[in-house]
Amino acid sequence: MAEVQLTFPSTPSTPTTQGRSKSKPPSTSLSKLRRFLANVAGPSLSVTYLSLLVVLPIAAILSTAFAGGWGAFWAAVSQPEAVAALKLTLLCSLGVALFNSLAGLLIAWVLVRDEFRGKRIVSAVIDLPFALPTIVAGLTLLSLYGPNSPFGINVANSSIGILVALAFVTLPFSVRSVQPVLAEFDRETEEAAASLGASSPVILRRIILPSLAPAMLAGAGLAFARAVGEFGSVVLISGNLPFKTEVASSWIYSLSQSDSLGAAASVSVVLILIALGVLLGIGMLRRRFGGTEAI
Amino acid sequence: MSERWRLPLRFVALGYLLVLIVLPVGFVFYRAFQHGFAAAWDAVTTPDALHALWLTLLVVLIAVTADTIFGVGTSLVLARHRFRGAWLLDAFIDLPLAISPVVVGLSLILVYGHTGWFGNWLAAHGIAVIFSVPGIVMASATVALPYVVREVLPVLQEIGTEQEQAAATLGASPFAVFRRITLPSIRQGLAYGITLTTARVLGEFGAVVVVSGAIEGKTQTMTLFIQASIENVQPTGAFAGAVILALIAIFVLAILGGRDERGSRTWRSRSPQSPSDTEMPLLSTT
Repeated sequence: MAEVQLTFPSTPSTPTTQGRSKSKPPSTSLSKLRRFLANVAGPSLSVTYLSLLVVLPIAAILSTAFAGGWGAFWAAVSQPEAVAALKLTLLCSLGVALFNSLAGLLIAWVLVRDEFRGKRIVSAVIDLPFALPTIVAGLTLLSLYGPNSPFGINVANSSIGILVALAFVTLPFSVRSVQPVLAEFDRETEEAAASLGASSPVILRRIILPSLAPAMLAGAGLAFARAVGEFGSVVLISGNLPFKTEVASSWIYSLSQSDSLGAAASVSVVLILIALGVLLGIGMLRRRFGGTEAI
Repeated sequence: MSERWRLPLRFVALGYLLVLIVLPVGFVFYRAFQHGFAAAWDAVTTPDALHALWLTLLVVLIAVTADTIFGVGTSLVLARHRFRGAWLLDAFIDLPLAISPVVVGLSLILVYGHTGWFGNWLAAHGIAVIFSVPGIVMASATVALPYVVREVLPVLQEIGTEQEQAAATLGASPFAVFRRITLPSIRQGLAYGITLTTARVLGEFGAVVVVSGAIEGKTQTMTLFIQASIENVQPTGAFAGAVILALIAIFVLAILGGRDERGSRTWRSRSPQSPSDTEMPLLSTT
């Protein structure tokens, strides 16, 4: 942090003010203090806070995961229970990301093109999973689709329960990613195609979907990254049955509580790499297609 | 798309939202008050529940204050100064959003736990972090760390430094410049950043459950109380606690306001510089 430099002059030295300035410029010790605050103290406080909460802890994950070398890391992530948990997590996340990108497209379509009373409430409802604590989300789903379901639908302790929970928490990503693109979509192309005799499915497949694809892919990526690490909403409804409904974050949790910190860190590294890889991919998509950050 | 698709599409979209979000959340309210308001009230006024509520508020107070100071300071640093490694600082700020909360909790154990990097030093000085309140505060502050920066930094970059420079050349002290010029222009973004931070800290579960040990009446926050109530088959307590948090979440959404057709928050599309903007729900104007 040695090369800090101000982008605006902090001392009154511009020619326009020198002519009419009656008050003396600040004393040198004060301006020194000011410069110290701006150049050194501010950045180093930020860096210290970030280091204590993010940088050092992430470094500790990496160093603990590889403390026993590649062998120990590989043993931890190729353990049958870890493989089962990672596989389940990836499959469920992928399924939900794909399903919700279609559902998100449909809901965004209705929000943009349809007019009906209470549309603003519908828009607010879509944001509810963002604002609702994950454990509350899990409880709400468990109460309606669990063992005491009033409809007699019980998906608790099954992978369908995991899918429902992940669909709940990732829906806002899927909707808000496509919505801006759909709102700015040029309707003339659609109308031209329709006037040339194209049917609705053809217009959807040949005109709308191709231009929405990058945004839908970005939304699916965000949903996938969120789903891979999800814990609070899944933990109640999945039942955490090993080899059956135990997701990766649950497995990391039980390892951390049984003091198997090395193995927990190793599986964490896999999750971090997946999430970062997906987010990097989304960043590249955005740079290439110039999407907006709706979330 | 032709007109005849409009109604079926609306029906399917609203049906999905109804089944996935509206009915489950609504049903929690029903379950909480199923045995009457008094039963719900009793369930959330037990000593453990009250302690959980109190601890949650304490954690919110400390973690949100720390994140706010960090967020404003870091936004100022990133917006106003160029230095080597700024992009790295920027990238690390977003990291907590990309990482599973459970991993965030685990990473704190690896640094501050009894076998962690600072474990010996902390033990020698009699400081307990993990399985104690400081750990809960740190876990909450970490997961909610990006929000203030993400709301304030774009505003600072947009307003530029002209007004601040003008004030400085007229002899205003840096503190006066910040209080009279910078703060009024970022206050809306800051208010929303603080709102988002508070919502996240209030509702955090994954990161907190790993570091807290969930000791009833000691390190049990509201979200942990809900989970424990389910496990101890005390559903009324769980549902009543969930209703409290759900009401706060709905309140937060109300503060954040609506979205336009593009799905952007309507307040974001307003110019951050307009001084006549009096719609300030959280921060007083002086």
